[in-house]
Amino acid sequence: MAKHHVEAKVNGDPVEFLCETEETLLDVLRDTLHLTGSKEGCSSGDCGACSVMLDGRLVCSCLVLGCEVGGRQIETIEGMAKGDALHPLQQGFLEHAALQCGICTPGFLVASKALLEKTPSPTESEVRYWLAGNLCRCTGYDKIVSAVMDTAAAMRPKQ
Amino acid sequence: MAETTNGHSQSYVGTRTVRPDGHDKVTGRARFGSDFNLAGQLIGRVLRSPHPHARIVSIDTSRAEALPGVKAVITRDDFGDQPSEFIPAGEMMMNYKDVVRNVMAREKALYEGHAVAAVAATSVAIARRALKLIDVTYEVLPHVIDVVEAMRSDAPLLHDDLFTVGVDPKPEKPSNIAKRIEIKQGDVEAGFEKADVVIEREFKTAPVHQGYIEPHAALATFSEDGSTELWTTTQGHYIVRAHCARLLGLDVGKVRVTATEIGGGFGGKTVVYLEPLAIALSRKAKRPVKMVMSREEVFKASGPTSGAVVRVKMGATKDGKFVAGFAELKYQAGAFQGSPVQPGVMCAYAPYDIEHVHVIGYDVVSNRPKVAAYRAPGAPISEYAVESVVDEIAKTLDIDPVDLRMQNAAREGTKAAYGPKFGPIGLEETLNAIKKTEHWNAPLRKWQGRGVASGFWFNIGGETCVSLTVNEDGTVSLMAGTPDIGGLRASLAAVAADELGVPYDKVRPIIGDTASLGFNFLTGGSRSAFSGSMAIVEAAKQIKADLCARACKLWEAKPDQVEFSDGAVRPLGALGEKVKPMSVVDFAKVAGKTGGPIGGVGRINAQGAGPSFGTHLVDLEVDPETGRTTILRYTVAQDAGRALHPAYVEGQFQGGAVQGIGWALNEEYIYGEDGKLQNAGFLDYRMPVASDVPMIDAILVEVANPKHPYGVRGVGETPIVPPLGAIANAMANATGIRFTELPMSPPKVLKALKDKGLNRA
Amino acid sequence: MRYEAPESVEGAVALLAGATGEARVLAGGTDLLVQMRADLVDPELIVDIKKIPETRAITEDKGGWRIGAAVTGAELKEHARLRRAWPGVVEAANLIGSTQVQGRATLGGNLCNGSPAADSVPALIAAGAVATLAGPQGRRDLPVEDVMLGPRKLALRKGEIVVSFLLSPRPKGSADAYLRFIPRTEMDIAVVGVGVNLTVDGGGTITAARVGLGAVAARVLLVAEAAQAIIGSRLDKAAQERLEAAARAACRPIDDKRGTVEFRTDVAGVLTRRAALIALDRARMS
Repeated sequence: MAKHHVEAKVNGDPVEFLCETEETLLDVLRDTLHLTGSKEGCSSGDCGACSVMLDGRLVCSCLVLGCEVGGRQIETIEGMAKGDALHPLQQGFLEHAALQCGICTPGFLVASKALLEKTPSPTESEVRYWLAGNLCRCTGYDKIVSAVMDTAAAMRPKQ
Repeated sequence: MAETTNGHSQSYVGTRTVRPDGHDKVTGRARFGSDFNLAGQLIGRVLRSPHPHARIVSIDTSRAEALPGVKAVITRDDFGDQPSEFIPAGEMMMNYKDVVRNVMAREKALYEGHAVAAVAATSVAIARRALKLIDVTYEVLPHVIDVVEAMRSDAPLLHDDLFTVGVDPKPEKPSNIAKRIEIKQGDVEAGFEKADVVIEREFKTAPVHQGYIEPHAALATFSEDGSTELWTTTQGHYIVRAHCARLLGLDVGKVRVTATEIGGGFGGKTVVYLEPLAIALSRKAKRPVKMVMSREEVFKASGPTSGAVVRVKMGATKDGKFVAGFAELKYQAGAFQGSPVQPGVMCAYAPYDIEHVHVIGYDVVSNRPKVAAYRAPGAPISEYAVESVVDEIAKTLDIDPVDLRMQNAAREGTKAAYGPKFGPIGLEETLNAIKKTEHWNAPLRKWQGRGVASGFWFNIGGETCVSLTVNEDGTVSLMAGTPDIGGLRASLAAVAADELGVPYDKVRPIIGDTASLGFNFLTGGSRSAFSGSMAIVEAAKQIKADLCARACKLWEAKPDQVEFSDGAVRPLGALGEKVKPMSVVDFAKVAGKTGGPIGGVGRINAQGAGPSFGTHLVDLEVDPETGRTTILRYTVAQDAGRALHPAYVEGQFQGGAVQGIGWALNEEYIYGEDGKLQNAGFLDYRMPVASDVPMIDAILVEVANPKHPYGVRGVGETPIVPPLGAIANAMANATGIRFTELPMSPPKVLKALKDKGLNRA
Repeated sequence: MRYEAPESVEGAVALLAGATGEARVLAGGTDLLVQMRADLVDPELIVDIKKIPETRAITEDKGGWRIGAAVTGAELKEHARLRRAWPGVVEAANLIGSTQVQGRATLGGNLCNGSPAADSVPALIAAGAVATLAGPQGRRDLPVEDVMLGPRKLALRKGEIVVSFLLSPRPKGSADAYLRFIPRTEMDIAVVGVGVNLTVDGGGTITAARVGLGAVAARVLLVAEAAQAIIGSRLDKAAQERLEAAARAACRPIDDKRGTVEFRTDVAGVLTRRAALIALDRARMS
């Protein structure tokens, strides 16, 4: 069976790839496009380590087929920093020690960015529920939540 | 305090620096196990037994081998048998005879998920198809899952050469009981006679998995000269090297293992699963082979910790003095012997000064995956049981539960029932810290309960090798040999910076591969910061001595005229009028002219690990109509000795507490009657998510460990020990019911409330 | 494995009707891809319906709402008017999985996956939602409670797909609510799921009600007896007790890794009562 030829945009750059029907977007990102920042923790949409933005929507890339994304925009962790400048959330995670092993960190950053773009002033509860689809086994979530809330406050225009 | 010459004005130890590996981790650049690839690599996949217990009659791989794209197939025939030999595995022991059988089944498949064969093929799709073409003939045998069932004399027998060690007379018939151990102090029967209150309870826990988010992964490439390179996500690449060399008949020196960044381990990545398979496949296929476990494989084929049955009997006087403590622990080890029953036995009563103690433990095999270490292996289970009974004693005697623990707390000089006398320890300090919190005094409403529990882990030191090199521009390269699972490099860099008096961001720490350093025991036992920093002090000592010697040559001075302090070699006395101090950077620039490269290697077998005690306080609320529990508030107070990096120490407290919350409330391996695991995924293996837990307040207690140059104690494991007891105690206070079975999941809680007619708001 | 993304309903129907091997519809993929990865299904043909405009639209028509089968939970949540009109349906769809899953999961997929524990189905049934199907023989409408016949068993004929759902207009004083029981706070499959939709008159008496109960039987139940228990009442204590009893009586659950028979039955009663109280509160305020 012939592979699908797909053209899409990843982190603003046009990309072109071939994929089998059963390959997920996560497979394509990691194995074909060599963007290994998105991680595979479960392949069943239960851990969020593969989180990406698809046309501005937060999704698990393990639940999207590669052949579905023709003509669409994908944003991964690799596109979060702009040049030398880390995104405030990336900086916030570092300063709050909001990562220990770091495997869940890309997923959390993509998901947190999506949250703050939608809800610039989330409550602690809103942060926790939005991020419920991102599993972390190391931190107990405390410093992740602090990092997101403090970064949100820092990102809001000062009154 | 042991000697350290840190007098530098800008001190990094104890501050919240940004970790050196941080930028790569927040940008996705950091390379974890499955992020590595080699040109021309094949994909390896494992065929696993669908049966919990079966004799493997025959394996026919011919159809798989004939499939185009399949380059190698391996089975038990590709591994030589191993004689019986016990070796340390993390903080537990294992036997090579069992290791080779766990990695690839030989006579029998002993659990659903047991590896039976493996293939390497040019694509995932072909590898998966190839597995379906391997014909295995099984003779299905009756299986046994539960630990008590497995101990019965008529239970299905896993190993016909397993005779219980530690019973007298030696048994004539094999059984599933591998070992009986005990510790004794005083005479518990006499103790119970003296007691005014005696409480006896039996507890049951289910196996739980470490739950690391990153599945196991290995990439191996084998050369014709018998050498191999391996990249693997592991807590101990030297251990991986040793196991692979042994299992594959290779020279240790020809096996080069790189520890990739690791996405969680908690003890579960201290053993080998894929690594020997990847090397064997690469050897056969003559191409690199990459293997990654699926989440289902992680649950079915890698080691959770034991499920157990624990009976505890404690006696106390009416004034609250513990006079006797008895416990009997039955831990299941999975398919091969080696549960953490020994540390479970040792830790059970360790927080307390009790005159009469008797603890017995049984190591029992059953048809489940071989148990692996999980953060303070064995201790959470036994201490859950003891802390529950301690709480009942407090209630019975109407004594405040913290005061009761304080009254009986182990202190400096207390002799632990498992042997040693404690040096300075911080249990009392953690109890006091808890009592001083606002949390302790916050009001509670109906159906809310507060619970407290203490816990302990002894921590280890071990073989450690660290190299410090001063580069020609004065920057410092630090190479450690214990994989960084949680921020270690930040702490090590801070220690190196302080020792040598260089800025923190001029120290570049990496984790070296096995070819680059002498032997390092694995990251476990809460030892990596403790031992690593100790080894750095050693390495720094060498550098300082070397620089002083160079200064003496340059200045034509005698050794007693110079000293290293504040990041420089300084002339003393009159010499100071003739020459200026020279910093590490100054020497770096003239290294070649003054003798050659500047560096030191700390090679130690770190001793003097100090135990870390912790006390946890938790508030929870139970919905009486559904049995659902919400954790409202949580505080951890734990003794870190000296926190090299406070944020990462707090992180250990918080992470361990939340693992404990999951263990107490919802996590468990669920087996069907057919011996198959029903919840081999994150959907039904229910780990806490962000909305399940509140902020975890972390109180850093620091009772310096006199045997460490900075006073450090390992902190990683103790945090998972108190939560089970604390949460069970809070449940008892919220509901009036003592739960003796974990997890305290909603169906169990609701049933218990219903039985007492309490299931109405 | 073939992948097709037709741009019309007819195109999708033709592909599915003509499929010789196993064929599956792809909407959000949050069930299909998981099942494919677990080797539970190996389709020869995947028909992606997301390029069909009718399946992606939310339209309001004289107080009624037509929701495309491939509209995601997140899109439903962002539709303020729909959320105000049918809070129960929208909150049910937004309890499926995680934020990431809600970014993809659809009402059509949630129904057609055929799990009696599906979160949105009890709410749709309580809402009296009607599914519009399109097949080789043309279109037909089926009340949602008649679509899922059992675990993985649908009333769809070969080549038929669910195109959209219709929520009919209802009188003032109407509101719905959905509650589910899960052991954690998120991410679990419902152990019990309850949708309650009711109408209350100016005096506070319930004049109409529908109750959908999920995860307690082989299909999602429309529990007429539960509705009867509260119609004509003000949901006083006695009515609440009758409601609980009716919900419990309707349960025919199994023991499995997520809950026992006893547990599901007890909790079904409790949640039905609680969901009804929420719906009543919302109805009074509307």
